[in-house]
Amino acid sequence: MSASNPEFEAECIRRILAGEKHLFHDLIRPLERGIYFMLYSLLKNEAEAEDAAQETAIKVYQNLHLFRGDAQFRTWVLSIARNEGLGRLRKQASRREDSLEAETDEQSGDYTPAILTSWREIPLEELERKELGAILRKAIEGLPAIYRNVVMLRDIEEMDVRETAAALGIQEGAVKVRLHRARALLQRELAPQLKGFAPRRKGLFGLGK
Amino acid sequence: MKIDCKHVWEHISAYIDGEVDAALRADIDKHLETCEICSAVLDSTRNVVVLMADDRVFELPAGYSERLHARLDRELDLKDPG
Repeated sequence: MSASNPEFEAECIRRILAGEKHLFHDLIRPLERGIYFMLYSLLKNEAEAEDAAQETAIKVYQNLHLFRGDAQFRTWVLSIARNEGLGRLRKQASRREDSLEAETDEQSGDYTPAILTSWREIPLEELERKELGAILRKAIEGLPAIYRNVVMLRDIEEMDVRETAAALGIQEGAVKVRLHRARALLQRELAPQLKGFAPRRKGLFGLGK
Repeated sequence: MKIDCKHVWEHISAYIDGEVDAALRADIDKHLETCEICSAVLDSTRNVVVLMADDRVFELPAGYSERLHARLDRELDLKDPG
């Protein structure tokens, strides 16, 4: 994730609106990863997410004069991405499996973690990263949408709680609750699968984040 | 204060993010010293978090950026910014 730089962004926006259109590439480049993951978290499909990401970038360009600077630029852009994604989901509504509105924070019960003392470290060097990525993506795709959004922004895009809340239009408390549940669900789903990759040595991640 | 496993699980995400207060952290740490199960749950949850943040694990589609900017080039040629 690239740290956002308000001065750079403001200067860029001013110059783009004054006619230096090509600067839009530089403005959007630090955000393109976040845009993609926001959309992937909603659409769960690479090609669809990429197409929506392109539409989002174009909408950002076309609406640049509407950015007021009272929000972070990245938050504003991710809101546009989210609206693009939600609009597409509405169009697909008839074949949509998980409803965005029907899920609430209250309905979920306790999550008992997978109890596996043998899976302590993941020997990353022993895994094909593609395979690992596929396992992770599948697990994340299996999450209810409200958890998927939060975990993708917080843990994959590494946005902070405040920014995640702003981008999703929810309270910070809800971000924390959903993140906790998402991680618990992922742990339960992934620990048994990754157990097969038996650790050879301890301490790979033992020191924590 | 002595806390049980379920209590630890409830706070595991906040614990990983460093968002539990000092007293609770001390209680959890004390529990972890003797509880193999919770230690494993913490490690595996933390591993999931670490893996998700690894750019090499969660990659953008190949050529994503190039295609995005090529599309933007066409758009920028056609239209002025709004």
